[in-house]
Amino acid sequence: MPISLIQPEFKVEIDYDKCHKCGRCVQQCGWGVYSFNERPIPDDSKCRACHRCVTYCPAHCIVIKKNDLALRDNANWTSALRKSVWRQAETGGVMLAGMGNDKPYQSVFDHLVLDACQVTNPSIDPLREPMELRTYLGRKPDNVEVEPDGAGGYKLKEGAGVTNNIKLETPMIFSPMSYGSVSLNVHKSLAMAAERCGILMNTGEGGLHADLYPYQDNVIVQVASGRFGVNPEYLNRGAAMEIKVGQGAKPGIGGHLPGEKINKEVSETRMIPQGSDAISPAPHHDIYSIEDLRQLIYSLKEATGYKPVGVKIAAVHNVAAIASGIVRAGADYVYLDGFKGGTGAAPQIIRDHVGLPIEIAIAVVDQRLRDEGIRNQASIIAAGSIRSSADFAKAIALGADVVAIGSAALMALGCHMCQGCHTGSCSWGLTTQKPELTRRVDPEWGAERLSNLVHAWSHELQEILGALGVNSVESLRGSRERLRAIGLDEQTCKIIGVKPAGM
Amino acid sequence: MTETTEIRQGPIEGYLMVEPHVTRDGDTVTIDAASVYYKYVNQAIRAAIADGVTTVRVINVNGQRYIGNGLSGTDVTIEVYGTAGQDLSMFMNGPTVRIHGNAQDGVGNTMNAGRVMIHGDAGDVLGYGMRGGRVYIKGDVGYRVGIHMKAYESLVPVMVCGGKSRDFSGEYMAGGMLVLLGMNSQFDGPIVGGYIGTGMHGGVIYLRGEVEPWQVGKECGIFTADEEDMKTLGPVLKEYAEEFGMDYDEIISVPFTKLVPISHRPYGKLYTYV
Repeated sequence: MPISLIQPEFKVEIDYDKCHKCGRCVQQCGWGVYSFNERPIPDDSKCRACHRCVTYCPAHCIVIKKNDLALRDNANWTSALRKSVWRQAETGGVMLAGMGNDKPYQSVFDHLVLDACQVTNPSIDPLREPMELRTYLGRKPDNVEVEPDGAGGYKLKEGAGVTNNIKLETPMIFSPMSYGSVSLNVHKSLAMAAERCGILMNTGEGGLHADLYPYQDNVIVQVASGRFGVNPEYLNRGAAMEIKVGQGAKPGIGGHLPGEKINKEVSETRMIPQGSDAISPAPHHDIYSIEDLRQLIYSLKEATGYKPVGVKIAAVHNVAAIASGIVRAGADYVYLDGFKGGTGAAPQIIRDHVGLPIEIAIAVVDQRLRDEGIRNQASIIAAGSIRSSADFAKAIALGADVVAIGSAALMALGCHMCQGCHTGSCSWGLTTQKPELTRRVDPEWGAERLSNLVHAWSHELQEILGALGVNSVESLRGSRERLRAIGLDEQTCKIIGVKPAGM
Repeated sequence: MTETTEIRQGPIEGYLMVEPHVTRDGDTVTIDAASVYYKYVNQAIRAAIADGVTTVRVINVNGQRYIGNGLSGTDVTIEVYGTAGQDLSMFMNGPTVRIHGNAQDGVGNTMNAGRVMIHGDAGDVLGYGMRGGRVYIKGDVGYRVGIHMKAYESLVPVMVCGGKSRDFSGEYMAGGMLVLLGMNSQFDGPIVGGYIGTGMHGGVIYLRGEVEPWQVGKECGIFTADEEDMKTLGPVLKEYAEEFGMDYDEIISVPFTKLVPISHRPYGKLYTYV
């Protein structure tokens, strides 16, 4: 019996007539596909189709193809399912996967269209007219109080205006990715870009490396169940703190950074020994209820002179009621993560089958908080596969204040979505701690690419707002009247509060 | 955050939104916490420390939360009279806190350094994610005590419970030392419940006396503490005995059981992928 029944997913084809025999592919591949004997010789079984070798081949002589081995068609037993069974029969292990849900679930975003102005009201040209994207993240007062400014006008009354809010130049932030799951150079790129764009990056649960201290005003520091690197200094450095309860890719599941990824620097930042597993329990063992959550929120506020505290949850069936509890517990923002959100590693069965689409979660949470009269008390951050500025705009129209991008940010840094984050061998130097790989990301280069992406999407959002005839993103926020659904069933339309096209 | 929001959300009934009565005598400040909302009690403690006092006495404490929360500095002692509320000494980084009474849940949560001495009983989830410092409890403790305690280089947390403890003690423990004595208890029955050390992948648990194998998580090995162990345990127990006026020789008159993880990577072979 052969060791494995699983055949290579891809075929690496090298045109040896063109090949320079330079060995660049051997050096570039983090997966160990290539050996070299007068010319590069690929081992197809190791290829993840990440295109690192293709991109860096000076002769452009490498092509990665799907291995078109015919398996008898079976719409029920897909080849992926068959491979899983074979692998688990070999190992007895839990199937692990990286990035987000890759199953062909319906995308609600793709069934929503935006409105635009024609004839009866004018659209606005954002290139020549002011278009406000600035957004304040955090709790807003129930009513605004003003007082005379002594010069005949009025000003916000002391303590009665928007206090303890974080100013964002555009309603987009980087989603939490921990140092450990991604490399330090990725963290630096995100932090530098956040500073340049006037937005925020999020440490994830792996602590804040000292190299990021200069960017601390643009950093959300996360507190997860493993409490890695959490001490008073860490909490006080962040612009805001975030209690991570759940993640869209793995609702209800804890984290587990394997010992191989805990090198010296990661160990210092997480404040745990090198080489030992970093285990985040599935729940916070000091949060078993909304009351306990309130206790932790106020503990964090007490420790930091009342800085803003957000709570990140995965979108699950009862998300609206949970979000209401979170707001009532005193959170300054609720971070909703949909089930297509990415991960450094998650059991595949959880990644692909647990949770809710972010579109549904935004709409039901926004509506619930409005119905209860507490929508002003917390901002909503939405994440979990925001793939373009169209998703960005639709998320805001559904009720989000801010979106967060993680997978898109990694793609800006070279990610090709090969879903091998959990292997620790990322050829693009992103989700790895191997020094020969991490040095592939130059933070300066990374920050520029990330800034470009943020600026491009923000500009596109401005174009959308202009077409809608509004001059501020505030006017789109929760304005589901500017959305219509195509091909969504009646019940879904009702749940997300969007009319079908034509109505 | 405006005060109006805070009041509308409602403090716990019976507490007053007022500043506590504070008196200073040399290097000691006394804060009367009677019926005062925790926020104002803790503000007064912070103000006293900022003023350079070395001893802060907080009297008439009745469940006020977060005492010692996030405080730094090693030359400060906070003496609490009454029952300290939830999350006592959470994120604390240096001071000594002594409770003349009982404490509730979450003592030493994510604590970095310092000492907490509780002359009474304490509740559940003590020392969660604690990275350094010492928590000594004279009496009984609840569930999930010492959960996910960890250690990092010179930071090694130590928790000693004089009484008995319930299920899941030392769960997920990644470092540090948890000691259960089972001596000053108001309960009959075993010194500890079940699932002790479940998921443990670092650190050490010492129990005075013996445990049944069924009580111990599958990630732990069970040993009898030897002379080497007593070299690290001895000084801790001496300090503990001194704090609570106990007889050190009596404490060590019974052999200790030692629980250590079999692997620092208990789930290393759990996963596979294509």
